[in-house]
Amino acid sequence: MNSSLILSITTFVYGASAFLYIAAWVFRKHELGSFAFWAGAAGILGNSAGIGLRWVETYQLGVGHAPLSNLYESLVFFALAIAVLYLIIEKKYRLSTIGAFAMPLAFLALAYASLSPNISDRIQPLLPALKSNWLIAHVITCFIGYAAFAVAFGLSLMFLVKREDRPPESVWSKMPALPVLDELTHRMVVLGFLFLTAGIITGAVWANSAWGRYWGWDPKETWSLITWFIYATLLHARLMRGWQGRRAAFFSIAGFGAVLFTYFGVNLLPGLHSYGSM
Amino acid sequence: MTQTAKTETFAAPVWRFFSSIRLTVAVLLLLAITSIIGTLIPQGGSQADYIRQYGETGYRLLYVFDLFDMYHSWWFRSLIVLLTANIVVCTLKRFPSVWKTSMAGKITLPARRDGKKEPDAFMDSRNPEALKSVYEKYIGRRFRRFRTEPIENGFRIVAERGRWTRLGVTGVHLSIVLLLAGAMIGSLFGFEGYVNIAEGERTDRIRLRNSGVVVPLDFEILCEDFDVSFYDSGAPKEYRSNLHILEDGKPVMQKDIIVNDPLRYKGINLFQSSYGSMPPKELTLSFTRQDTGKVFKSKVSVGGRVDMPGTDRQFYLREIAGDYQLRGMAVGETALGAVILPDGKSTEVALPVRFPTYDKMRKGEWIIAVEEHGHSYYTGLQVTRDPGVPLVYAGFILLILGCYVTFFMAHQKVAVEFIKSPHSSTVQVYGSSSRHPLGFDITLKKIAAELGGKNRGAL
Repeated sequence: MNSSLILSITTFVYGASAFLYIAAWVFRKHELGSFAFWAGAAGILGNSAGIGLRWVETYQLGVGHAPLSNLYESLVFFALAIAVLYLIIEKKYRLSTIGAFAMPLAFLALAYASLSPNISDRIQPLLPALKSNWLIAHVITCFIGYAAFAVAFGLSLMFLVKREDRPPESVWSKMPALPVLDELTHRMVVLGFLFLTAGIITGAVWANSAWGRYWGWDPKETWSLITWFIYATLLHARLMRGWQGRRAAFFSIAGFGAVLFTYFGVNLLPGLHSYGSM
Repeated sequence: MTQTAKTETFAAPVWRFFSSIRLTVAVLLLLAITSIIGTLIPQGGSQADYIRQYGETGYRLLYVFDLFDMYHSWWFRSLIVLLTANIVVCTLKRFPSVWKTSMAGKITLPARRDGKKEPDAFMDSRNPEALKSVYEKYIGRRFRRFRTEPIENGFRIVAERGRWTRLGVTGVHLSIVLLLAGAMIGSLFGFEGYVNIAEGERTDRIRLRNSGVVVPLDFEILCEDFDVSFYDSGAPKEYRSNLHILEDGKPVMQKDIIVNDPLRYKGINLFQSSYGSMPPKELTLSFTRQDTGKVFKSKVSVGGRVDMPGTDRQFYLREIAGDYQLRGMAVGETALGAVILPDGKSTEVALPVRFPTYDKMRKGEWIIAVEEHGHSYYTGLQVTRDPGVPLVYAGFILLILGCYVTFFMAHQKVAVEFIKSPHSSTVQVYGSSSRHPLGFDITLKKIAAELGGKNRGAL
């Protein structure tokens, strides 16, 4: 039993949870919803166990480091953050149809990590630049932020597909009311914004201790700032000019596009974060 | 009088322009969009590369708009100045009223939410007189400030908390100004340079990264030692330089620096950034007799000669070439020299380090090979000074705190109205929050539930 195997199994647990959430919503079976919740919780357990075991494995290989050092490990953490964040929302607001849009994202993140042939799950020793206490703070803050934006993306999609003119007996009516979706999207954007800000700042402080400059317009840095600008625009437009509903939803989707580009797209461009591409 | 009116008519539109939220949205979006360009066009490359990639015309067009160093261009900087002006003016405009509302004042009644939503209400069968103090105790625990006032047939408790959190936005905006001020100080009074120092050597001069200008330091840096270690996979594990700082030739500080652990002295930071190997000055050669196989070894330094024992010949080491080609093949590091006969005649010899048997092909009496060559390294240091960093870090801290206060704390008001009736009294709980009303609704429900406790009855 190694961490990769546990995480591969967890992928299917998340998949099952996502499937049950969708089934519960489409077929209006409330009981399926609670199965989905427990499957999600089991997924979180497996996901955390996988991360913990991988941490132990790095020590057994004599290269001991937190499992947050490459694309595979970051995706695994990303999936965990999405799942945890969603289950908290479900418990707090008692809304389970959102799971049909949020849990698939956790599943996709872990499936991409576990199943893509381009992503190596081998444990690699840390390069000199990554040997820093800031590694953990930087990666964790960034990915909690990304996870919040991912959930906001799911909520925005729900907002856009629900619309007001849907007949009351359709599956769409089972979704939370539009103002609730709108408010929750906002809360997730705000959470993501706080953590993205913290992520950029921890990255800047780290860069200053490794390379002697806190900002260097490297493509990854620049794209994280672009993402920050987009969400800052959304927050200003919303809080000061009352942008809500569809416009805010579109903006949140565009923002998540920028998040994905910061995460994956930038690896196509040259830069200092290239170890994120292995 | 007319003078003032005139300046006002001029100033007012300018003020309105700089304090508008439209400007904020426009500038933020422009910054986002234009920043993309610099990630698609490599920044700070060579002219030749650009012309190859974009052609002569394309190069000129991009050059005019400073797109090869766009983050330092006049127009990008103008956008940042515009954003700063926007932030400053907005803050000046709003601060007086924000300050007033965030300072303690009379607790005002929360608005009943525009009739859309019923307040949380329940019946409480307990004795009205005893209830007042029970309710006050509960509200007092959850909210910092409260007062109780009589209303018709009962009383009302009004409470609030987090009034000061209205200052959070000002904090966020101030932090951005601090960051930008720190960045400006850094670019005006700081520098970013580099220097390569061979092991055992010292220097007090560095080269600036952008201009290539050589700048003197008022101390010397001595690199005593450099080490690089590798993992079994061949990936680098650690770069380590042992550095000494000398003032007037006397050592005042020493430190082993590695990536992520720089040396800081007198506001100057030395970072481990690269390394390279220096050509060695001395080699150990092995001489093997072709016929008997007898071997002897001897050290020789560059430019020196060594006697070959048992013969009247000498070996002369002319140089050690870092990257040598033999018959059109790159063979890497190679010792170049000659075997010199007593009559002064000589045979040229090339000894590639990686191919110790190469000299066999010469078919001479002796086979010569490089046995050992001590490597000496130079360390590449990034040398920076940035007096803006403390300001930038202060901005970072304020930004995080400000964002937290702004988005996760709120000015919340709650009112609990108690109206006596003969059998069981009615209690209504309603409130307002400066942020995320959805979450506060849940809080209000919780308050109503906890106030009622076991005695709670549905209305």
